Amino acid sequence: MAVIEVERKPLTLAERTYIPQILSGLKTTWKHLVAPTVTMKYPEERPPIPPGYRGVPTLVKDPNGREKCVSCQLCEFVCPPKAIRITPGEIPPDSEYAHVEKAPQEFEIDMLRCIYCGLCQEVCPEEAIWLQTQYSTSGYTRAEMVNNKKKLYELGGTLPDQHFKWDKKKAAEEHGNVH
Amino acid sequence: MSQPAPAPKPDLVTVNIDGKEIAVPKGTNVIEAARLLNVDVPHYCYHPKLTVVGNCRMCLVEMGMPAVDPATKAPIMDPATGKQKINWIPRPQIGCGTNVAPGMHIRTTSQMVKEAREGVMEFLLINHPLDCPICDQAGECKLQEQATGYGRGYSRFVEQKNVKPKRTQLGPRVMLDDERCILCSRCIRFSREIVKDDVLGFIDRGSYSTLTCYPGKQLANNYSLNTVDICPVGALTSTDFRFKMRVWFLKQSNSIDTESSVGANTVVWSREGIIYRITPRRNDEVNDTWLADSARVLYKQVRDESRLTATKVGGQPAALDAAIESAASHLKAGAVAVVGSGRSSVEEQFLTKKIAAALNASVSLVARVGEGDKLLISADRNPNVRGALVTGLIDQLPSAQLTELGAAIDAGKVKTVLAINEDLTTAGLTAAQLAKVTIVYAGTHSNATSEAAAVIIPTSTVFEKSGTFINQQFRIQKFHQAIPAIAGTHNDLVVLGKLLGALSGNAVTTDLAAVWQQLSSEVGLLAGLSFAAVPDTGRVLDSSRFAHLAFPEGETLHFKPAAATAAV
Repeated sequence: MAVIEVERKPLTLAERTYIPQILSGLKTTWKHLVAPTVTMKYPEERPPIPPGYRGVPTLVKDPNGREKCVSCQLCEFVCPPKAIRITPGEIPPDSEYAHVEKAPQEFEIDMLRCIYCGLCQEVCPEEAIWLQTQYSTSGYTRAEMVNNKKKLYELGGTLPDQHFKWDKKKAAEEHGNVH
Repeated sequence: MSQPAPAPKPDLVTVNIDGKEIAVPKGTNVIEAARLLNVDVPHYCYHPKLTVVGNCRMCLVEMGMPAVDPATKAPIMDPATGKQKINWIPRPQIGCGTNVAPGMHIRTTSQMVKEAREGVMEFLLINHPLDCPICDQAGECKLQEQATGYGRGYSRFVEQKNVKPKRTQLGPRVMLDDERCILCSRCIRFSREIVKDDVLGFIDRGSYSTLTCYPGKQLANNYSLNTVDICPVGALTSTDFRFKMRVWFLKQSNSIDTESSVGANTVVWSREGIIYRITPRRNDEVNDTWLADSARVLYKQVRDESRLTATKVGGQPAALDAAIESAASHLKAGAVAVVGSGRSSVEEQFLTKKIAAALNASVSLVARVGEGDKLLISADRNPNVRGALVTGLIDQLPSAQLTELGAAIDAGKVKTVLAINEDLTTAGLTAAQLAKVTIVYAGTHSNATSEAAAVIIPTSTVFEKSGTFINQQFRIQKFHQAIPAIAGTHNDLVVLGKLLGALSGNAVTTDLAAVWQQLSSEVGLLAGLSFAAVPDTGRVLDSSRFAHLAFPEGETLHFKPAAATAAV
């Protein structure tokens, strides 16, 4: 193997003082010192969530506080990783919402299985399940990572309703086209 | 049972449906003729087992007859095609109420038919609530399917929908939602024609028409849930199945009703090892499309509190092999009586017979005789007494009381009893008699016999295993495993096979196919048959060998007792 000898040039005076190099390095430091930050102090600071973001699936109530889910189980059916498990139930006849007839007894979403695809939200005929802004879930056990009905409503809260379908139904039952 | 006379060859009529010719028996209606050509004529009120009323108007088709000269009756030819001209009726006709006629032409895809269907669907949907998310019928709803297939796709109705009662309890097992009802009257006709319990009817007129029970009456007969099956929409729902599970999650397994020797064909609907409902399966020779209500709750026995789930020897939990060993040592001591069961499958009875033969033991069966209802519940409440006759487990009809066995126990001739899923105390043995013998009990549920048993081996219910039953017509019918056996129980064939192996010293393979190989070679009536070869509708065996036996059954839907036929 041939050896190529490279001649090392002697340093100039400016180079030997190191001052220009230090200054050019400090220039980069000062530039970043005054530039706007690109990182944030997570978790104290949280990023803004863009509209349409698909976070943790949640169950929501309508503005009157009625749980919107009627346990039709379409989300359970469509869910690709089979993360959703619903136990359907009947609304007792003495309830304020007896006209809705059906509501989930239990509603579980396994967040270890969920792939945040949003098909459940898309398929829901009652607009009851929404992938909202929460993106970070953690737990110490597998069981903790299963969101039950109570947790899902806590996460979901209330969303505005355009339709009030069941309220209209009740109004029709009370005043409508009765024979 | 004597051989029925060969049916006379039916008069065939050739019709043309959507350009395809088919020959069908005279008297067939257009819907059934089209079904033979795989042409779907949508319908709601028409049901093959009920009278035709033609009130839903969904089966409208276009119909024409070959043109003839009115004076000479000579066919008029169409010069364009060279064939006989067809005179099309200018209005659509209902397919259910029209029987085929020679040369009849039917169109089911023309513009007129399409518009007629759209119109009918629009009227049906005017007052139909948007209940699909909470409706139990969703997924098997004809209105849903046909709205997708033949409907307009959007609603032009801007007025307020009619309001009707949503939760009317028609009977102990049937709930009515009047808003969903499309007034097809299938339930009314079923109650009137099949059960002869005329309790349903419409009141009021027009869009206010409402289905109700006659005042002071209830839809409470033992066939009321068939109205739920035949309801094409979600108006009639079963209180037992209501809001339990959506039908699209359920796995369907073919099974047989074990309630009586009728052997009604059923479908068991289950999800992840839990059965949610049982519905009838059409078999025109056995149960048509019907099933008794009492047969639909039998699945509850699977998870009943009294279900045995622990193998026990002398009251202590044991492994199956240890229990078999202990049972075999008890049985080998001699003086054994075997009590088989008319509720066991043919295969299990065959193995029971082999066990009895190996022990040289007497065999008895327990008869369960109730009152037949002339429809789908016969007097013999054992589903498979004829299986025991065919396999040779018994050669006489069983009696309800085991008096002979009781006498033998009292005389000290019997020391050990092998009871296969039968409670000996309900069969007439006293607790004192049970205390005198060692009992080996292989069964599904706990009872006085299992309490007294030295060895308990929990076995499977009919839903947890596959096999065959032979019904009152000597029709051998298959049932399939619907759910995995619940923990702690064992398949009957495995238990009996292991017991037989322990007694004879040779290992016995006990999968269904192996047992059927033996059945077909050793049981004359089943020669050449295999489990796979038994059709879904069953196969009738030659019953002439048993003609002398006085079976307890009376007449049921598709069965006339031999004595009655002989008398006629």
